[in-house]
Amino acid sequence: MSATSVKLPIFMDNHSTTRVDPRVLETMLPYFTEQYGNAASRNHVFGWTAEAAVEHARNQVAALIGGDGKEIVWTSGATESNNLALKGAASFYKKQGNHIITVETEHKSVIDTCKRLQREGYDVTFLRPQKDGIVTPQMVTDAMTDKTLVVSIMLANNEIGVVQDVDALGAAIKAKNPKTLFHIDAVQGAGKIPFDVNKSKADLVSLSAHKMYGPKGVGALWVRRKPRVRIDPLIDGGGHERGMRSGTLAVPLIVGFGKAAELAKEEMGAEAIRLGALRDRLYRGLSKLPETYVNGTMESGRRLPGNLNISFAFVEGESLLMALKDVAVSSGSACTSASLEPSYVLRALGTGDELAHSSIRFGLGRFNTEEEVDYVVDLVVRSVEKLRALSPLWEMHQDGIDINSIQWTPH
Amino acid sequence: MAYSDKVIDHYENPRNVGTFGKEEDDVGTGLVGAPACGDVMRLQIKVKDGRIEDAKFKTFGCGSAIASSSLATEMIKGMTLDQAAEIKNTQIVEELNLPPVKIHCSVLAEDAIKAAIEDYKKKHQR
Repeated sequence: MSATSVKLPIFMDNHSTTRVDPRVLETMLPYFTEQYGNAASRNHVFGWTAEAAVEHARNQVAALIGGDGKEIVWTSGATESNNLALKGAASFYKKQGNHIITVETEHKSVIDTCKRLQREGYDVTFLRPQKDGIVTPQMVTDAMTDKTLVVSIMLANNEIGVVQDVDALGAAIKAKNPKTLFHIDAVQGAGKIPFDVNKSKADLVSLSAHKMYGPKGVGALWVRRKPRVRIDPLIDGGGHERGMRSGTLAVPLIVGFGKAAELAKEEMGAEAIRLGALRDRLYRGLSKLPETYVNGTMESGRRLPGNLNISFAFVEGESLLMALKDVAVSSGSACTSASLEPSYVLRALGTGDELAHSSIRFGLGRFNTEEEVDYVVDLVVRSVEKLRALSPLWEMHQDGIDINSIQWTPH
Repeated sequence: MAYSDKVIDHYENPRNVGTFGKEEDDVGTGLVGAPACGDVMRLQIKVKDGRIEDAKFKTFGCGSAIASSSLATEMIKGMTLDQAAEIKNTQIVEELNLPPVKIHCSVLAEDAIKAAIEDYKKKHQR
């Protein structure tokens, strides 16, 4: 092992956030100290400079997804974008219907927004995906009624990395009812895999900077102009962002977001190949261990190149994380969440609770190296073997006892 | 979440890991918890003249669950069955400095001790 050349700790949790690319940071810095104007100031050079920078960033972000700069609404991040898209559209179009469709494996900022709308009287359908995480166009069109206002489906899942065929979904939704809006939470997918707002027939698209090597605290909602999509604002005030989102713009963050999007667009192709190879190396190394199960499809093109979500049966996830103390990854185990419930995403796939408790999510990113992958493979394999030697379930399995045949007492 | 030094010590150097023959006359086995809940403990005692002369465990669960059962085996060694049956989960919480979200791990360890004693007593009622 080339352990000596690896710098610890290792960050392999790039779905939670990413490091700001040094090229992004460099672009941002002058907007803190020199060009610190308010982009809404119309009567002096500080304001004009800031406004020009913001407009440039609008075009950079829109270009990443095949949209127009004028269609970008800046927000504080993905959670706000998802809230604004769903609550904003549901409110504006409430006279046309009351039905919303989404998926059980969506991010909490979509799920909980839909639950709130449900409490307010909207009718929400939560679709259960296939066991591999995929939602088919037919599932969606079967659930659509003439009252369906919005269908909200993510481009790529934050836990299992599964990529939805949003082009096929958009085509099916619009064929069934051109008036139904299609909202795509593209936070995990944009900048990682090809995505185009027109090919997918999207109406609303949520984006976040810090998932693509930009700064935390800034996101965007892309709102289609042709044909024009309307939303009611959540935040009222000075009428910024064409009235859809008031509040002084975070110019340095927006500039960083723009640069991050530009870099992602330029480097996506090469980066996807490199990350896919690293992920496959990680997967090959870990699957030397018996009784490991990948969560979500591994079909080429249907999974983010940097994602691996894998369950090591008979080992509890949090205890494994404890062994990996110098490696930042995350687990679907209940013990790592405040709720003591295992991952709702894995549950929706029909993964048994015991395998959900045993799952680890690896998120490879721009700054991970082959040496890091080799170090992690070695450490995980040794740790799983150690914990299995401690596990009564592993012993039973070795003795040929079916764990499910035992009368357990849930507590 | 940061773990206490004692939890880390028991997790990294678990005491008394292993298995006694379940069918042996002087062994009592407690198997508690459920895989679906994310923790299963198996605690075994070897009894001689009413005293626990040896104890072993295996645990599927988080670090605090592993530490709780490791500590439990240490505590009961040398105790009489009645003394061991008196052990309360709060002693384990205190000793390991467990935070509130991990108290259920200590409860499970207490249950495992009681279940092992009960199993032993059942064998000897015949």
